[in-house]
Amino acid sequence: MNGTDYTPLLLSLKVAGISTVIVFVLGVFFAHVFARRTFFGKGVIESLFLLPLVLPPTVVGFGLLILFGKKGWIGSWLLNWFDIQIVFTWIGAVIASIVVSFPLMYQSAVAAFENLDTRLENAARTMGASEWRVFWTISFRLAWPGLLAGLVLSFARGLGEFGATLMLAGYIPGKTDTIPMAIYFAVESGQMEKATFWVVIIVALGFSTIMWLNWWSRRNMRRYKNDVG
Amino acid sequence: MLDVNINKQLPHFLLDIAFQVEDEILVLFGPSGAGKTTILNIIAGLEHPDTGHILLNERSFFQNGHKPLPTQKRNVGYLFQDYALFPHMTVAHNIAYGVDKKAQAEASLLINQLVEVLGIPHLLPKYPHQISGGEKQRVALARALATAPSLLLLDEPLSALDRETRLECQKELLRLHQIWKIPFIIVTHDLDEAKKLGDRILFLEHGAVRTNR
Repeated sequence: MNGTDYTPLLLSLKVAGISTVIVFVLGVFFAHVFARRTFFGKGVIESLFLLPLVLPPTVVGFGLLILFGKKGWIGSWLLNWFDIQIVFTWIGAVIASIVVSFPLMYQSAVAAFENLDTRLENAARTMGASEWRVFWTISFRLAWPGLLAGLVLSFARGLGEFGATLMLAGYIPGKTDTIPMAIYFAVESGQMEKATFWVVIIVALGFSTIMWLNWWSRRNMRRYKNDVG
Repeated sequence: MLDVNINKQLPHFLLDIAFQVEDEILVLFGPSGAGKTTILNIIAGLEHPDTGHILLNERSFFQNGHKPLPTQKRNVGYLFQDYALFPHMTVAHNIAYGVDKKAQAEASLLINQLVEVLGIPHLLPKYPHQISGGEKQRVALARALATAPSLLLLDEPLSALDRETRLECQKELLRLHQIWKIPFIIVTHDLDEAKKLGDRILFLEHGAVRTNR
């Protein structure tokens, strides 16, 4: 295709990349705090974390509009104090992507931390390691395969995000047209060739991501396999 | 000297025990579920009693109404059942894990000595899954002693080993104790082993001492 505009690809990678970094940090933090503690209200908070997984994307988008719209609680505050507008910008796409991919990261990370052998962490403590050192040198390292799975899934989910993004960021060519947007609006305006092009790109991206993750986790599973003690 | 006097309500019984240990080997002997491991965990600070006190050489680990001293500051060596070696680190890194970066020179002397005494220099570059049960036990011992602890706790240290290796390691433990001269507390449910290793044996049942000899 001659004269193809590659902004949707670059924008998609930028949005999914930034959102994945934020989701990874938040997901690992909350999962580590929640995985082995029980406290009043934990079930409610966890349900809220996972809610975007089961809600229609339009509902998530609606909720985000209420929060981040020009008259929304957070939106008006950001606008008045920092002159930052979220709606109809790529930042809106990042926020939508964070909210829908967070549950995937959180679930993977909780499973990874729950499966850790607590004796290993306790052994480190008896050797004088600070809580931060225990986390960084033991828990994080041993949970890494699960954390990486969550990271890759979050990235893929962010890349494919459409519904909530459309509600919050809208479709502005050159500004908020991620690949899923470009596909939808290309079909809308009868540009089937353009739509096909982006479909092929995003299928290839998703496919190679999953292939790589499967290969990597199979290789990693073998690593300490014959460890009996 | 270690002075322990603790109470803790466990799901099926009350753990209620008091004992003192000099620089000797004390064996906690009893059936599974008698509260032996819980006692070690409480001394190490991984669990806390409801009431009582724990003192090691006049240093308070736990006292009613005070905040317990965190595990990290107790300077207690703990050999876990099945050893709990870090699977993603080499033997050398496992042993050096607890060593203070500032005291490296001094510590490496101690580590070299430990590694020699336990006969494990050839294992240093290996990963835990590449070595045998008896070798793991030695590595775990070296790791627990590398921080120069003032007390060593051993939870079923020999139960994962075959008979021959076990006899060998019993001798090793006695020898190490001669060299280190700190209190050892060993948990076991093997009477022969208890008799062979212990200067004293506490017989535990449902969280309390039955006979003391």
